[in-house]
Amino acid sequence: MDAHGSQPAAAEHAHPSSGLYVKIGLVLFVLTALEVGLYEFTYGEHSGATGHALQPFFVPLLLALSAAKFALVAMFYMHLKQDSRLFSGVFVFPLIIATVVILALIALEAYHFAFARGG
Amino acid sequence: MATTALDQRAHAASHAEPTGLWSWITTVDHKRIGILYGSTAFLFFLMGGIEALMLRIQLGTPNNTFLAPETYNQLFTMHGTTMIFLAIMPISAAFFNFMIPLQIGARDVAFPRLNAFSYWVFLAGGLFLNSSFLFGAAPDQGWFGYANLTSRQYSPGLNVDFWMLGLQILGVASLAAAVNFFVTIVNLRAPGMKLMRMPMFTWMSFITQVLLLLAFPVITVALILLMFDRFFGTHFFVPSGGGDPLLWQHMFWIFGHPEVYILILPAFGVVSEILPVFSRKPLFGYAAMVFSGVFIAFLGFGVWAHHMFATGMGPLPDTFFSLATMLIAIPTGVKIFNWLGTAWGGSLQFKTPMYFALAFIAMFIIGGLSGVMHASPPADLQQTDTYFVVAHFHYVMFGGSIFGLTAGAYYWWPKMFGRLLDEGLGKVHFWLMLIGFNLTFFPMHILGLNGMPRRVYTYPEVLGFETLNRIETVGSFILAFSFLIFLINIIKTWRGPRNAPADPWNGATLEWAIPSPPQEWNFAQIPAVHGRDTLWEEKRARGGKLPEPPRVSGQGIHLPNPSYWPLVSALGLLGLMVGVILEPHIGPWGIITGGVILLFGVFNWAFEPAG
Amino acid sequence: MSDHAAAAHPETATGLDSRKLAIWTFIGSECLFFATLISNYLVHKETWLSGPGPFPHEVWKSPAGQVFEPIIEIPLVTLGTAVLLFSSLFVVLALASAQRGNRRGLLTWLAATLLCGFFFVGMQVYEFTHFVHKGLTLKTNLFGASFFVLTGFHGTHVTIGVIWLLTLWILALRGKLPAEKSLNLEIAALYWHFVDVVWVVIFPVVYLIK
Repeated sequence: MDAHGSQPAAAEHAHPSSGLYVKIGLVLFVLTALEVGLYEFTYGEHSGATGHALQPFFVPLLLALSAAKFALVAMFYMHLKQDSRLFSGVFVFPLIIATVVILALIALEAYHFAFARGG
Repeated sequence: MATTALDQRAHAASHAEPTGLWSWITTVDHKRIGILYGSTAFLFFLMGGIEALMLRIQLGTPNNTFLAPETYNQLFTMHGTTMIFLAIMPISAAFFNFMIPLQIGARDVAFPRLNAFSYWVFLAGGLFLNSSFLFGAAPDQGWFGYANLTSRQYSPGLNVDFWMLGLQILGVASLAAAVNFFVTIVNLRAPGMKLMRMPMFTWMSFITQVLLLLAFPVITVALILLMFDRFFGTHFFVPSGGGDPLLWQHMFWIFGHPEVYILILPAFGVVSEILPVFSRKPLFGYAAMVFSGVFIAFLGFGVWAHHMFATGMGPLPDTFFSLATMLIAIPTGVKIFNWLGTAWGGSLQFKTPMYFALAFIAMFIIGGLSGVMHASPPADLQQTDTYFVVAHFHYVMFGGSIFGLTAGAYYWWPKMFGRLLDEGLGKVHFWLMLIGFNLTFFPMHILGLNGMPRRVYTYPEVLGFETLNRIETVGSFILAFSFLIFLINIIKTWRGPRNAPADPWNGATLEWAIPSPPQEWNFAQIPAVHGRDTLWEEKRARGGKLPEPPRVSGQGIHLPNPSYWPLVSALGLLGLMVGVILEPHIGPWGIITGGVILLFGVFNWAFEPAG
Repeated sequence: MSDHAAAAHPETATGLDSRKLAIWTFIGSECLFFATLISNYLVHKETWLSGPGPFPHEVWKSPAGQVFEPIIEIPLVTLGTAVLLFSSLFVVLALASAQRGNRRGLLTWLAATLLCGFFFVGMQVYEFTHFVHKGLTLKTNLFGASFFVLTGFHGTHVTIGVIWLLTLWILALRGKLPAEKSLNLEIAALYWHFVDVVWVVIFPVVYLIK
């Protein structure tokens, strides 16, 4: 009897081992450390010239690191990689709309403030 | 006569469905929940209609003093809020509830108790909103609640609080129902019922659930931010604190535009069912209808700021949203051509549902055309905030949604209640409604272009608005009278025999394969589906008509147990919100009590055996 | 076929469990909820330019001459972030134990998850109190309002998750979470992971980006 409580016929591959879960946990920890390290390197009290040169790239780099964490948790801990693609679709589609909403609101408000002040 | 034999067999074989108030309070049966939604929504619709009549009386004469301006503001706000949230959406929900499981060949929805919860929370929200009248503080800020009129400074009373919290309650109901129907449609389809074989009503409803899931959280947050402004002194939408009232408008319309598609798509679905049946021809361009619906929903998230062309967003946003709005006219046009293509060359049966469906097409075209006119920012700068907009949205929401849902009512009445509504009265209802509707709303196009602003409680004589306003007022009473005819039809039918056959219209979809009204378990055996218009397929295979399906004993069919925990949980939520409104008087105790009841209800619900 | 077996092996059109599909659908909807809150934060965090301090990353001198140090404490929040990430690992291990019928493993890992959850909520409570003491409240400026609403609602979601997992832990303690019912934990875990993933977005956006 399938202990997962879903039909054996469903498209589910073998679950990752506990060892893999722990490894991913460590990667997540390292990525977090990298995020903070990047911040300290670029803006921290002891940041130097290289750090300051990195400032225009800070946000994209940071967001890339968090995107990697997001993907790891979603794909492995939330089992999206192994589970039916329907679940991925149900998650990813709203994420796309969510991203569009965030970007649109930032853009519109920024444009509004610039436009309002600039005249 | 077949009726008597059928009745005898019914009494002998059927397991008696429980009756009495308690059985309705604890029901988890989607058909009963559908009837609860429909009857409650119809009552709210009548309330919203009376509110409208009062507005029309006030506007029928220039410089009228029938309503004070503050009362006028409350009535037009409640009219809009009621019609959208307490009438159109729950009438659609009534049909989702009754018909979706039947159309996909299921015994119930995926989560029957969650379904009951949604209804009770809806009722709670409607009562909460309308209880504001008892405090003399009905919402008065417009259904769209623009900031910073809604701030504590400019709206110090309870009016906005009732609106804000009432909508949050209703949002919970909608979200719960959306999860439920989404899972139901994905997961509970009968064997062979592939997505591209589903009836069009189920398809359009499916897309509506997705819109609900994505749009409601946005207004939930907007209302939360407003709540913090009003209760905790933040300045999210208050300019003096650095906030931006325009942010409210963005957030509101990011919800609000998908909301209007939520309001129209179910009616699209209904009409897409009725036209084929009453043209004796399959729906023209099924795939195009599905994809245009999906495209409309997706694109509907990209057009919201067309409600904001007059707010000074700047030429770049104006252009973008204008183009997106014009683009969305294309899939809508596809649908209209496909409906016409369905009727073209068909053997048209002019029964009442067909009358309403055909009128829907005509009225929606008019509404759509005025909508496309709004899509141009320079044109809209003249039209916005005038009666031209009022004309537009009444043509799409009444001429569209209400006509479509009324068509659905006449179409599905025999299935739901075992009785056919009277054709003669139906046609009287139709003509009075069509004439009354057009008399009321067509002149608004002209008044709007001549400069009559909206949301005004009166107007002076010199502007020349009175003749058309008077015609509109007369029209509104004809419209109201048409609903009286509908009520008479309902009552007359109710008194008559329960003798409707399973399939009075020669339908194409599974709901017509079972008795009218269906037995509790819907299908004695879950049907196997072999194609689109599955019932027509079956009739063709069996050489014409199908025999009247018998009522069976239902032994061996397992149904979910009734439960009162959904109601208890809903009462807890209501209590919590009432506690918020009464907090100045009773401190946190209302909120705590409501919260405890809610938790109590939810925990008991979780641990109750589902059966 | 017993009710439990029927519930565990539903015959659905997709072969997937309806309750699992439901939690994913709810999670999809919640993406929009947090997206709107995050948008609100991003739009409003800039308005401190004209408002009163204190501010997260900057030193600010009030018109009266009072100097405010930056108030966020990156080490503490980073610890909270790491703890929350580890809690996701622990709940996955708890689920694996549950699926194998390993009650001891389930209880241990789920308890670890709960401890992490409690720690995170505690850290947030401490942080909120600390900020208020330093002069940043809901009303002070729009940065404060947006910060508290965003992280506050996230914290509320974490709290609900803690209550949910605690209920399951108590059930497991009483032997009522056997392998056949592990789906109940899987659903709660999905909610928990989502709450973690939202924090993965909030942490850099709020704490690391000026």
